[in-house]
Amino acid sequence: MKSGLKPKHQRLVLISIALIALVGAALLAAYALRNQASYFYVPADIESDPPQVGQAIRLGGMVEVGSINTATDGITTNFIVQDGIARVPVQFAGILPDLFVEGSGVVAEGRMEDGGTFVADNLLAKHDENYMPKELEGMETAQMREALEASVE
Amino acid sequence: MIAEIGLIALWLSAALAALQLLGAVAGVRDDKSDIAALVRPAASLQALLCAIAFVALLWVFAITDLSVKLVASNSHSLKPMIFKLSGAWGNHEGSMLLWITVMAVAGGAIALLERRLPEKTMMATLGAQAFVGLGFYAFLLLSSNPFERLVETPIEGNGLNPLLQDIGLAFHPPTLYIGYVGLSVAFSFAVGALLTKQVTPEFARVMRPWVLAAWIFLTIGITAGSYWAYYELGWGGWWFWDPVENASLMPWLAATALLHSASVLAARDALRTWTIMLGVIAFSMSMLGTFLVRSGILTSVHAFAVDPERGSFILGLLILYIGGALAVFALRANTVAEGKRFALLSREGALVVNNIALSAILGIVLLGTLYPLLTEAFDVRVSVGPPYFNPVGAIFFLPMLLVMMVGPLLRWRMDSPGRIQLPVMIALGAGFATLVLVFLFADVTILPWLGLGLSIAVGIASFMPMRGRSLRRAPLSTWGMCVAHFGVAVALFGMSADSAFQQERLVAADVGDVVEVGPWTATLDAVAPVAGPNWTAMQANIRVRHGDGRDRPAKPQSRSFWSPAQETSEVALVTRWNGQLYVAVGNQAPDGRWQLRLWWKPFVTFIWYGGLLIAFGGALSLVGRLATDLRRREAVRKGNERRQDMAELHA
Repeated sequence: MKSGLKPKHQRLVLISIALIALVGAALLAAYALRNQASYFYVPADIESDPPQVGQAIRLGGMVEVGSINTATDGITTNFIVQDGIARVPVQFAGILPDLFVEGSGVVAEGRMEDGGTFVADNLLAKHDENYMPKELEGMETAQMREALEASVE
Repeated sequence: MIAEIGLIALWLSAALAALQLLGAVAGVRDDKSDIAALVRPAASLQALLCAIAFVALLWVFAITDLSVKLVASNSHSLKPMIFKLSGAWGNHEGSMLLWITVMAVAGGAIALLERRLPEKTMMATLGAQAFVGLGFYAFLLLSSNPFERLVETPIEGNGLNPLLQDIGLAFHPPTLYIGYVGLSVAFSFAVGALLTKQVTPEFARVMRPWVLAAWIFLTIGITAGSYWAYYELGWGGWWFWDPVENASLMPWLAATALLHSASVLAARDALRTWTIMLGVIAFSMSMLGTFLVRSGILTSVHAFAVDPERGSFILGLLILYIGGALAVFALRANTVAEGKRFALLSREGALVVNNIALSAILGIVLLGTLYPLLTEAFDVRVSVGPPYFNPVGAIFFLPMLLVMMVGPLLRWRMDSPGRIQLPVMIALGAGFATLVLVFLFADVTILPWLGLGLSIAVGIASFMPMRGRSLRRAPLSTWGMCVAHFGVAVALFGMSADSAFQQERLVAADVGDVVEVGPWTATLDAVAPVAGPNWTAMQANIRVRHGDGRDRPAKPQSRSFWSPAQETSEVALVTRWNGQLYVAVGNQAPDGRWQLRLWWKPFVTFIWYGGLLIAFGGALSLVGRLATDLRRREAVRKGNERRQDMAELHA
């Protein structure tokens, strides 16, 4: 800024620069959020409107009873997530969360692969009785309860 | 009895807060009025009473008084004493009592110690502090009473969430809260200065040490929380961009910006309105964080109780205080005169860039945190994670670091590029050499690559302000700045090295198997049950060796607590100067093998060393400023004495 600038003008210039930067940040954030927020799917959504292969999403549902099995390598687990409408096979390599059990809710982070298998990078099971991924909570009250009962029969 | 004493102390201090507010309202008009004289004692006494209430809560937890509802639902007689005590704030009500205690102690401290500002400004400040305090007293006493008794005393308590039964609970919440809530002082000072039209360099000098103290604790609290999550959750990550983590990062970003803009105001009388604005925003972010964490709108290990009534209560307080402060700001901002001018290439110019970048990052984190809540209102569920925060934040963070290299070298008001050319070239050269070396010899993604180069450049540049100065005679506050900036470089180096070079192995191992990860070899010797005071566990006994070094033990556990019944994973950490081996044990596969997960994380420890260095730099700066202030007071006192002597001599 030139030394000829009056304090009042300098203030205007500063405010404009700050506004431009902040609006720029907001636009950038809005743009990135539209593209990069990973969307939450239940198996029924995957059946009706499948996400792109390789797109990062979250899949939530109930672990079907009797569906968990460990591959021969000892670390890969295959199971089925269902919501009473559709079923999605899930593959996960890693240490299972402590509260990951058949018939309970789970949210998996990962992506759909060719062939319709969901490959999970991360499983978010309940941490304790009070801790549950938010997405699962609403579902349980809705159709999840029925789905759970149906899967147990 | 003890619980009742705590409750009475709490009600009394709420009454004192009301008195403090009344007195302050009178005091702003006439600071000599009788009721205004009560304001400072009321604030100090309030601090004492809150401390008593807090000690009472610690007491009922220490003796496991199960007739108190909070103890019965959150504690257990078999818990080790350290977790009984720290469990006092490991729940909703107790943490809110800690909140209000920190707030009262901060208010009491400024009432007792701060005498440099005009008394009317102090009255307005203490009034604002009391006004905010009252809302939180109401919240605590009306909807979250920590001392509520049960009609029937249960035989045993419910116990504490095992994830919280860790030494981290003793450090992370108190330090974080001192920082978080300590920022209330910045908020009150800002409102006080606006109301009494005293936005002056003196105001900035007075506010700065208080903000600095809160900021130091906030830095330590965030660092401790990050390390705790890292070893407790067993996922190997140290920052998850979880909304709760963001809730602590946002006030930190605002407070960091505030510290820098306050130094412009103190030294050069510029950025007046901006500094006030940041003072309001910093604590507003603390309150927003409390709302996000304590309302149950988010679910995490931090959200203890899901209670819509409490959520709306805090939301009401949030709207009242932030809205109120912004309204005062809007009405009074035009009365704040423009500050002094400066050239773009000057210390002020660099600090303006710092402030804009920090604010932009704050905005990005805020949007990313609130976006899922907003879309949920339209029934679209999304989650926002690292793919958003890392690159978008970096767009502002990395350029900010470039300016951070240059800024401390610049003179106030205006400077010439030629004067700082050499040190900047040296630092940039080293950074560029690092980039080339990493590019040639390693295969890393772009952000860690840039981070490695910048961390070297910033690390060297951070001590450049000492060039050509007597190291012993440089002011302590300058040392503080250098150390804190160096800490940023150290932390960035740790983050970049960890994500660029970490190696992971996930295996199913039999006893006797050898697993290699990076330069380490690990041998599974045995898996055996062990027992603790309130848990049992399966423990893997593993011998690990780095290169040809000696064997070191690693004993990760899979723990089962029985009250509440829950399993947790206790990882084993083997630390070297240049990183950590992180070992977790999982389930037993059907064929009898054990799942082991090993990470070699080069330089990951630098992340937390960096965080501590940043806090240490802040502490140096704080001590330096306080010492200078004491010397100045002493000199003024001596000068006055001498003048008096002279006057007497002449008389």
